Amino acid sequence: MGTPVLEAHDIHKTYGHGAGAFNALKGVSLAVHEGESVAIVGKSGSGKSTLMHILALLDAPDAGSLAVKGSDPARLKGRDINRLRNEDFGFVFQQFFLVPNATVLDNVVMPLKIAGVGSAERTRRGMEALRALELEDKARNKATDLSGGQKQRVVIARALVNNPRVLFADEPTGNLDSATGEVVEDILFQLNREHGITLIIVTHDHELASRCDRQLHLRDGLEVAA
Amino acid sequence: MRAPDLLASAVQNSFRSKLRTGLTVVAIFIGAFTLTITSAIGAGISSYIDSQLGAIGAEGVLNVTAAPEAQGATDSGPAPYDPEKATAGGLPGGAPGFGELLGDADIDAISAVAGIDRVEPSRMVAADFIGTPDGDRFEVSLNPFSAATNPDLAAGSALSTDARHEILLPSDYVEPLGFADAADAVGAEVVLGASNALGEQETLTATVAGVQNTTLLDLGAGVNTHLIDALNEIQSSGRTTAAPSGYVGAIAHFDPALGDDELDRIKDELAADGFQAMTTEDQIGAFQTVISGIIGVLNAFAVIALVAAGFGIVNTLLMSVQERTREIGLMKAMGMGSGKVFGLFSLEAVFIGFLGSALGAGVAIGAGTLISNALADTVLSGLPGLRIMLFEPSSIAVVVLVVMLIAFIAGTLPARRAAVQNPIDALRYE
Repeated sequence: MGTPVLEAHDIHKTYGHGAGAFNALKGVSLAVHEGESVAIVGKSGSGKSTLMHILALLDAPDAGSLAVKGSDPARLKGRDINRLRNEDFGFVFQQFFLVPNATVLDNVVMPLKIAGVGSAERTRRGMEALRALELEDKARNKATDLSGGQKQRVVIARALVNNPRVLFADEPTGNLDSATGEVVEDILFQLNREHGITLIIVTHDHELASRCDRQLHLRDGLEVAA
Repeated sequence: MRAPDLLASAVQNSFRSKLRTGLTVVAIFIGAFTLTITSAIGAGISSYIDSQLGAIGAEGVLNVTAAPEAQGATDSGPAPYDPEKATAGGLPGGAPGFGELLGDADIDAISAVAGIDRVEPSRMVAADFIGTPDGDRFEVSLNPFSAATNPDLAAGSALSTDARHEILLPSDYVEPLGFADAADAVGAEVVLGASNALGEQETLTATVAGVQNTTLLDLGAGVNTHLIDALNEIQSSGRTTAAPSGYVGAIAHFDPALGDDELDRIKDELAADGFQAMTTEDQIGAFQTVISGIIGVLNAFAVIALVAAGFGIVNTLLMSVQERTREIGLMKAMGMGSGKVFGLFSLEAVFIGFLGSALGAGVAIGAGTLISNALADTVLSGLPGLRIMLFEPSSIAVVVLVVMLIAFIAGTLPARRAAVQNPIDALRYE
């Protein structure tokens, strides 16, 4: 295997100061290769979301080193990190974070808008992403008028619209019933298989975790054996 | 994010909470409306003064009088008597209120100043009455400085230097003298009566060259040089002693193309010779200063209203930032830079400012025009040509831009708060 897409070594992260300080991560290491699917598993408060945020460059570690495609993001400028997140990363959060009064299509093309893609191209790629998730007919609907499963599919369409290399999913099925949750899971693993998109899934659901190539179990900020 | 997308998103966002945006727009509307109206009143009155007074002063003309003697110089005592000092020609007891008079030597001195092309001395002349050859007679005052004016005419043309008696009739004389309207009076003959030093009355016939709109300052009827000379001849006839005859002032013509520096030089030279030289602009300046002072105070009140409205914008946008915390976090997670987030909220503030000011200015123009027309026909009908509000595109543009600037400044606080948000904290925000 070549250079890992993402590599984290001995990551430490503390929130707060003094007596109230909370050590979320106490030295976690992880390497993710292109096309892999990795589950970060743990109970709430185990530091799994924090690790994902650090891997996704949304947060900076207090100690430890990080490499994205072999280079250290701490040496990158803010603008380059923004571009990296915009072009190479896709995000699926537990809460959908859809803009309520905007249409489904407008929500989906948001990363393209941020990237500065022209209006016609945005619509074309947005519709393409919606087609892939069988939501074409909902393109003009308000995002708030959709069911939970549809909303999560819109979120996945939004994460995919930029053709990212890595998809970060934080409890992607947390807000869904088991039937719709399974549909969403299938979509994610299909993307991983057919398009080679690297998946990093944060979950406390062992069933979902077991579908991934690899699992990283966290407890109290440290990696533990399953 | 491209600039047009940023702008479109800002506009869309501002309409998300219609009631809140609407109320903020109302606050700005009130300020912008007031500011537009007050500046229009300022422009309307200034333009009226310009047309009534400013425009009567012809370009390239200096009104030269003897400089008033220094008063209040306690150690100088009363001025010594000088029997050679000129007094107003023909008028018993001189010309009260006109101070020192100019003699022929003074006129020569004025002509000698470099840059002055021509000097016309003005005599103080008076007529006992004005009337039509066979109609009623009325009292009239004459304006000895008419040559320096460029009158606001209701009909006819300005005075000429032709060798005939010409008069410019104030518009309120048209009806009493029996003319149907201003145009009817033009070209008609009127009779002027004047008395000589012995009190014997003689009459003169003059042609009405034009009819002058009523002005704020009652300057009297304009008379041309030829008529002034004729009146002066009547006034000075019958004198038993040869008192030195003088002029109340002189009109000095210079090239209107001269720059301000050159004009200042001419004024300084005249001042050094003991004359006071004023352009019409100088004379009107004091008047304009008072008007601009009043308008300035009114504008200040409007700006206070706008500053209050600015806090409304701060409030609205702070709520908006609070509500959209997660959206901001998401956009930042997706790679939107802090600068763009700042821009998004600033543009929203500027758009709200634009909306309020454009509506305010638009309604002010509509309402102001109606009110101004109604007033011109009723209360202010005695002042023809006065439109109390004058809406100038440039000043309206300035109002809109000022409001947008205030809105931008007001938007910086919420926009900064949005820009510095950490995507993680924003996404966790409950």
